[in-house]
Amino acid sequence: MTPAPTPESAEVGAPPPPPSKKPAPTLDSKGPQRYKMLATWLLFLIVLIACFYQVDANFFDLFSVNARDNMNRILGEMVRPDWSYAEDIWEPMIETVQIAIAATVIGSILAVPVALLAATNVIPKKMVSIPVRMVLNLVRTIPDLLFAAIFVAVFGIGAFAGMLALVFFSFGLVAKLTYEAIEAIDPGPLEAMTSVGANKIQLIVFGVIPQALPYFFSYVLYAFEVNVRAAAVLGFVGAGGIGLHLDQQLNSLRYDRASIIILITLLVVLLIDYASTYLRRKLL
Amino acid sequence: MMIEFKNVVKQYPNGTIGLNNINLKINEGEFVVIVGLSGAGKSTLLRSINRLHDISSGEITIDGKSVTRAGGKQLRRIRRDIGMIFQSFNLVKRATVLRNVLSGRVGYHSTFSTMFGYFPKEDTEIALDALSRVNIREKAYIRADQLSGGQQQRVSIARALAQKPKVILADEPVASLDPLTTRQVMDDLQRINRELKITTIVNLHFIDLAREYATRIIGLRAGEVVFDGPVSEATDAKFAEIYGRPINEDELLAAEAAKGGVTV
Repeated sequence: MTPAPTPESAEVGAPPPPPSKKPAPTLDSKGPQRYKMLATWLLFLIVLIACFYQVDANFFDLFSVNARDNMNRILGEMVRPDWSYAEDIWEPMIETVQIAIAATVIGSILAVPVALLAATNVIPKKMVSIPVRMVLNLVRTIPDLLFAAIFVAVFGIGAFAGMLALVFFSFGLVAKLTYEAIEAIDPGPLEAMTSVGANKIQLIVFGVIPQALPYFFSYVLYAFEVNVRAAAVLGFVGAGGIGLHLDQQLNSLRYDRASIIILITLLVVLLIDYASTYLRRKLL
Repeated sequence: MMIEFKNVVKQYPNGTIGLNNINLKINEGEFVVIVGLSGAGKSTLLRSINRLHDISSGEITIDGKSVTRAGGKQLRRIRRDIGMIFQSFNLVKRATVLRNVLSGRVGYHSTFSTMFGYFPKEDTEIALDALSRVNIREKAYIRADQLSGGQQQRVSIARALAQKPKVILADEPVASLDPLTTRQVMDDLQRINRELKITTIVNLHFIDLAREYATRIIGLRAGEVVFDGPVSEATDAKFAEIYGRPINEDELLAAEAAKGGVTV
């Protein structure tokens, strides 16, 4: 069973889904298929034009004198970064990464029992899996910035609200990917564990976990990557991290300082992405 | 341990009859081989003994205790005493050989102590002994997926032995092995049956192999026992009866071996 692509897995560097046993569907472009294709493209075009119209998309604006002047001014300031500001930015940058680490760890730990409950090959009871999946889907439909805004309102401005938002986000992400990985594991060892007289927990410890663990770790690393990127913008709603400083500098039109923040964020995110991708490749 | 089938019927939800009124008595220490075409109910029969499959009516007892009516802890205790060997080995491929064999011991321990993967020293010794019995003790710390098919099947035999079982069930244990390793695995099963007096029930589709290793052959056809007797009575004519047609070449291991150019 190949899951529908989720927004996360559509992103660059998404972890590969666990191997699926179904053969790939073959495409046959003959007969009525051709008309279907034409109709699909037509519909797509209509929707696209309707959207352009609705958002007042105007390609001439891209090349207007006004836009060109603004661009020149901002870029002109940005290519001369205020290097002295860098030392003020390391601390919030580290805080950003710390938010991501704490949130990933807590969210992923919470995801383990929930992923097991949602996997129908571990708990073959619809009474359990359906409500658990409903809660998971609900958590995953709420964007992380919305979580952050809510928690800022509840717990006040600061990194704690941001971390809490990302806990929910990583929990939803890791739990969903993990339960799908669990459902794709080899059923043989589960049958073997049942036959040796293992109870449910022993079956999980000896049959499920050793098979699903590398996938789980890979998803945790992936969640961490996404969290670092998310934590960098949480500050815009007051939830701590480097985004707060970026917001301030942008509002006071200090593009020379904004550019140093962007540069450092880019550097850190790139480093973490690279390390995480490398580790994930080693794992699987 | 004596296994007894009383009027056992298995009907699938779609109406297909898997087992049709089976009455059997399997005595302690026997080496029983079940033969029959695929779909005749061999696997269903075997799996109903340790309740990997439930039966629809009738009763199966082991030493007088009902498997059919057991539940929860009682059922797990019964399963602990029955080792099972599968066609596809069913090992955790990423785990070490020793870890796989130790997993056969979980029935002896509390949930809590096994939850963290802890096993007492005696268990490690039992596991290593089991590996020695199938001659692969030196592979104990290697990952299971590093081994050949024949070696993996011996690991799964060792896992069954670590259970200290009174019965071993083997469902087509050699179907995915080549003729040479097939003999090694069958020899292992025979040796264990003789040395440890473990009642052994094996599903096979090779007729010559069945004749060579069994002390008793049971023939199944469309869910019914159509032959039950010692090897001496299982003539080619009898097999033709079980199969409902003359014996094919590919039902003989010797023919398979000749095809593959391996001398057995």
